[in-house]
Amino acid sequence: MDISVTVNDERFERSVEPRRLLVHFLREDLGLTGTHIGCETTVCGACTVMLEGRTVKSCTVLAVQADGKEITTIEGMASNGELHAVQEAFWNEHGLQCGFCTPGMIMSVDQLLNDQPSPTKDEIRHGIEGNLCRCTGYQHIVNAVEAAAKAKAGA
Amino acid sequence: MIPASFDYSAPETLSEALQLLGDEEAKVLAGGQSLIPMLKLRLAQPARLVDLDRIPDLNFIAEDNGTIRIGAMTTHHQVESSDLLAEKCPLLAKTAGHIGDVQVRNRGTIGGSVAHADPAADYPAALLALEAQVKLVSASGERVVALDEFLVDALTTSLEDGEILTEVHVPVEQEGVATAYRTLIQPASGFAIVGAAVRLGVSNGNVSFVRVALTGVGPNPYRASAVEEALEGGPANAEAFAAAAAHAAEGVDVLSDIHASAAYRASLAAVQTRRALEDAAGSA
Ligand SMILES: Cc1cc2nc3c(=O)[nH]c(=O)nc-3n(C[C@H](O)[C@H](O)[C@H](O)COP(=O)(O)OP(=O)(O)OC[C@H]3O[C@@H](n4cnc5c(N)ncnc54)[C@H](O)[C@@H]3O)c2cc1C
Ligand code: FES
Ligand code: FES
Repeated sequence: MDISVTVNDERFERSVEPRRLLVHFLREDLGLTGTHIGCETTVCGACTVMLEGRTVKSCTVLAVQADGKEITTIEGMASNGELHAVQEAFWNEHGLQCGFCTPGMIMSVDQLLNDQPSPTKDEIRHGIEGNLCRCTGYQHIVNAVEAAAKAKAGA
Repeated sequence: MIPASFDYSAPETLSEALQLLGDEEAKVLAGGQSLIPMLKLRLAQPARLVDLDRIPDLNFIAEDNGTIRIGAMTTHHQVESSDLLAEKCPLLAKTAGHIGDVQVRNRGTIGGSVAHADPAADYPAALLALEAQVKLVSASGERVVALDEFLVDALTTSLEDGEILTEVHVPVEQEGVATAYRTLIQPASGFAIVGAAVRLGVSNGNVSFVRVALTGVGPNPYRASAVEEALEGGPANAEAFAAAAAHAAEGVDVLSDIHASAAYRASLAAVQTRRALEDAAGSA
């Protein structure tokens, strides 16, 4: 089936099988390997991207469902060589260790801060419930979200 | 994990979708948050998926004459963040916020959750307490059925081949009725082990209205009528709540699995029911 998908403001036209998962389409067909595959079972959130401005687990969306729609992946977060505020905060606050969960985590945090610009610690933990991190124990991620919220409020 | 091959259609009207479903091997795709995992595990292998996402009139929340109609494709996130529901049917909005995680709530739909009929799904507890109805449409007509008639058994509903669930109907909450939803979740999946939904009206210290429904306890979510009968007309206090809640799993074939034995689940049913009653009384 022919589909046309806008990813990070660039339009891509490809032919895919209906069973192709969005995450495989992004990584293998478009070469956007920043979106990771952790569990492939809708649990870990490593594959999180924005579809029409809302986070989704791209291992649980078919590429054909994204036909005609807009996607943002981690590759679309930095602009003009400048890190996105959320990326900058993860860097400054050591919000990662191995980094495997980080692309998905950043997408979820970006949505969280769009929905709730100054979340409490509890709201932060609730907002990243769909993203698992096996390294950090989450504390530095929560710190990074608070730092990003402050940076965005100051900007 | 890759699903088996299937054909895919994304019709733009309901009548087109119904026509495509005339083929027995076709299956509806809504948010995909239950179906795509099943396709990946090859527990489901339909020949064709009929995606409802591009039918614009299946995504809405509207009120008329004391009834709120919710389109089947309305996402859990939309229910959770609807101002109309927050004001006029807070139990449902609250419940939606308990489902899975943010990404699942962004995709999963109320129609999909109800049609999937997972015995531990969150919505059915609230919807049974609300005495909700569902609208089912087929090529030959439409019918509106009460949710407790729609839910037949675990993962089994009275949806007929070729039918699409198009709307869920809930009442505007009555004046003076307070609501609560309490769950104990299984932390790895976020699913409820047991969830209890309560609607409670109190006047002059006595229970004037009460609806209690549970999910996760048995093969089907259910109205806990024994709890309701024990409370109706009696005092609205902690003692009465605890005594009534003890009936929460009465007559139910309680499930047992690696997360909770039948005895533990039955005890959880009573505890969550009591807490939900107390929450509702506290917010009345
Ligand atoms: C990680 C994870 C955690 C979750 N946690 C919870 C939780 O805590 N609580 C909870 O309640 N749920 C939970 N869910 C399930 C979630 O709520 C699903 O969204 C829901 O069960 C299915 O809705 P859907 O729109 O995704 O339907 P789909 O997956 O698209 O469809 C599910 C089934 O319903 C049928 N169907 C769908 N829509 C219709 C319709 N309109 N008419 C007729 N048939 C239809 C489909 O053919 C399919 O058989 C979780 C899911 C995941 C992946
Ligand atoms: S890879 Fe998609 S949720 Fe884990
Ligand atoms: S930093 Fe390693 S999984 Fe999160």
